[in-house]
Amino acid sequence: MKHFYQLVKATTTASLTLCFASLAFAQNVALVGATVHTLSDTGTLENATVLMADGNIEAVGEDLNVPQNYERIDVTGKVITPGLFGAFTSLGLQEVSSSAGVVDDRVKAHPVSATGAAYDASYAINPDSSLMAITRVEGFTTAASGLSDTDQLFTGQGAVISLANTTSPVLKPRAFVHTRVDNRGAAGNGDSRAALWVALDQVLNEAAGATSADLAVGADWHGLTSKADVKALKSVLAGTTPLLVTANRAADIRQVIALKQRFSSLKLVIVEGLEAWRVASELASAQIPVIINPEYNLPGGFDQMGATLANAARLHEAGVTVAIGMDTHNIRLATQHAGNAVANGLPHEVGLKAVSLNPAIIYGVSDRMGSIESGKMANIVVWSGDPLEVTEAAEQVWINGEPTEMTSRQIKLRDRYLQLNQAKTQPYVRP
Amino acid sequence: MKKPLSLGVVALGLVAAGVMSGCADSDTGADTQDPKVEFKQNPYPSTYKPLPSETTLITNVTVLDGVGGKIDNGAVLFVDGKISAVGKDIAAPDDAVVIDGAGKWVTPGIIDTHSHLGVYPAPSTQSHADGNEMTSPVTADVWAEHSVWPQDPGFGRALAGGITALQILPGSANLFGGRSVTLKNLPSRTMQDMKFPGAPYGVKMACGENPKRVYGEKGGPMTRMGNVAGYRQAWADAQAYVHSWEKYEREYEAGGNPKPPKRDLNNDTLAGVLNGEIIVHMHCYRADEMTVMMDVMKEFDYQIGSFHHAVEAYKIADKLAENNVCSSMWADWWGFKMEAYDGIRENIPMVHQAGACAVVHSDSDLGIQRLNQEAAKAWSDGKRAGIDIPMADAWQWLSANPAKSLGIFDQTGSLEAGKNADLVIWSDNPFSTYTQAEQVFIDGALAYDRNNPESWPISDFELGQVAEGDIK
Repeated sequence: MKHFYQLVKATTTASLTLCFASLAFAQNVALVGATVHTLSDTGTLENATVLMADGNIEAVGEDLNVPQNYERIDVTGKVITPGLFGAFTSLGLQEVSSSAGVVDDRVKAHPVSATGAAYDASYAINPDSSLMAITRVEGFTTAASGLSDTDQLFTGQGAVISLANTTSPVLKPRAFVHTRVDNRGAAGNGDSRAALWVALDQVLNEAAGATSADLAVGADWHGLTSKADVKALKSVLAGTTPLLVTANRAADIRQVIALKQRFSSLKLVIVEGLEAWRVASELASAQIPVIINPEYNLPGGFDQMGATLANAARLHEAGVTVAIGMDTHNIRLATQHAGNAVANGLPHEVGLKAVSLNPAIIYGVSDRMGSIESGKMANIVVWSGDPLEVTEAAEQVWINGEPTEMTSRQIKLRDRYLQLNQAKTQPYVRP
Repeated sequence: MKKPLSLGVVALGLVAAGVMSGCADSDTGADTQDPKVEFKQNPYPSTYKPLPSETTLITNVTVLDGVGGKIDNGAVLFVDGKISAVGKDIAAPDDAVVIDGAGKWVTPGIIDTHSHLGVYPAPSTQSHADGNEMTSPVTADVWAEHSVWPQDPGFGRALAGGITALQILPGSANLFGGRSVTLKNLPSRTMQDMKFPGAPYGVKMACGENPKRVYGEKGGPMTRMGNVAGYRQAWADAQAYVHSWEKYEREYEAGGNPKPPKRDLNNDTLAGVLNGEIIVHMHCYRADEMTVMMDVMKEFDYQIGSFHHAVEAYKIADKLAENNVCSSMWADWWGFKMEAYDGIRENIPMVHQAGACAVVHSDSDLGIQRLNQEAAKAWSDGKRAGIDIPMADAWQWLSANPAKSLGIFDQTGSLEAGKNADLVIWSDNPFSTYTQAEQVFIDGALAYDRNNPESWPISDFELGQVAEGDIK
């Protein structure tokens, strides 16, 4: 069985440090009797068994025998999915987002970077953030976490993180670079796409042309970028690191597709994509996936006049890979968002993939997570029912084959105040 | 009316009318009284007219009547825009349109107590930002209805989510943000065409972080204690204003010719609260602050209709019940600022459980499109925490309680004979992600029909633009 460390190291540049630490030695467990959405070619299995051993999925099937050394857990009538994947978040970078001191997902321009590409979220992830457990107990085991604002051309480099209770949350540092070519991106770059796109082209050309001699310590460097930016952009240009591009207007998305013609190795992902449905077949041909909030259906600006609840379904129909989930404190609501995409035409199984397998594909980690297949990490969620249904909930979350404690700061607050008349005042009540 | 003023006007509202009555025959010298100064009561009257409606009988549906009743295989009859009967077997009048709703559910229309549609419309450009008069912490003189842009496409989106009425509030930058207006959610060309006939005004107040953030470096308040000083001074000034008009009235009635006090639009609104005609809607997150505000309320003898957002209402649900104050809440928003840090998913059911008035609100142009799902989440989260509330009771959070907190429950908010036929036919159980509003009736008229795209309202703004008339 491949080890995650080796696997990622083999597929990324040597500069990527991998910090996957919590492969603890979980006991062997058999979950028996549930409806299992494997999200693999195996499809959905009824009354099935999932075997977990050594932190990995050993097997899944309808007629599996439970070996003797496995703890058998009866989950008849429940629903099982792979651990969910927060597609576009700032988890671990925000605790309280406004007026609460330093918030690491927002960078004020710093001399180390001229374009914002160099900033690196992986240094800033706080595994003790209350959002980790609050999100985890709702079925989310992994997330992409990045900066939300730099006031520069790029929004830095984001990471893939584990939501496990761990001291080493970063699964894949520098897993993506993000930029914006929507109205907001234009507003920060000359207030016009006429400046923004020239800057983007210029910066990418600069990075492409830079030699190691140019970038040596002490070497003179003149350009729109800083040396640190060039380092980050080199792996984007090589296609090793995906470039996420927030774009809404159909014309902007066509410009993104054209960018790939100029820099052919780029691995592009459209974020937000409110009018992506209008360019769906072109996106499918260019193999550019999208990360969306399918509930957004208002013309909030002149670059999103075509926003519609049908976006997700139309994109999928055209063959585009769709991921759903853009939030931080409430990324847990991505299941509801996916459910509403299903209510508006997205097939149910694709709705599930949009919050698990598809983000894993986008960030290049689907060989280890995102579906229930032998050899993948044992990130497993047992649900009371359909995960996309607002009245159902995660009942038990397993990460790396270990059951996580199903509590959080919010659950403790609830339990403290469930009874208001108590002998002592609330601060003495330990739920 | 809580404490009628001797002024004898419903809303201290406008324009000296007496001057027009003339003094031609009052030639009696020094003893002559000037015409009495009175104000126009309703200067921006509703011009709402229901769409044409037909006598309609909906049969074979699961009915939630909005006041705790659930009827399987039920029926609802409405005639002339009013609910005529709700029950099991209702005979169809001769002229009735009969809708066989097998498998579907019918509920009262959803009423949102907290919306900024029209005052923060889409597109959200600077030129459209008309919801916060951030020029002074006390601006009870401004009226949200004077900012409402009826072409906001958000009204139509909300209609497709089953919203039949909504309160448009000013923002929360100010201690007193201005008057609210309650609208029928029937997209139209003027605000007055949408204005809910007979609905009382509200006034927006705000606790906590927002006023101190906005005014901390603009002359204050810059602390929570500064906020409270600001409310108290404003109420004290309003009391003095009320007394000055009472004195004028008294002296005039006694035959004197007193000089009328100077009209003050800010105090007009606050006086309307003190005399029980205008309802206070107060943005307030923290339990301790809400408790202070209920003391301020008692100090100046007015009533808070509803705390808005109230993410810590669960900590003082008993006190909210005792003081008869509603809480308008989200199901699960939290953490975007310190005062929202202690939000929990069970807030709404815990408030309900304590016997207090719980309302599901949106404060969002997206959330307003699926408040039924917000209620469903809160309902099921409560259930998992051991608070088992029947679905039929939980629907009060969406229609009856918001109607009560807006002062329009005598007209709408439940399916009871005599009330406006404001109702929704849902494709299935509305406590499900997959269920959609199929038909929405306002005053018995079909205002939205999901299965008839040709009939969907399109705002002027979207006409002739990309994806006009598309699924939204």
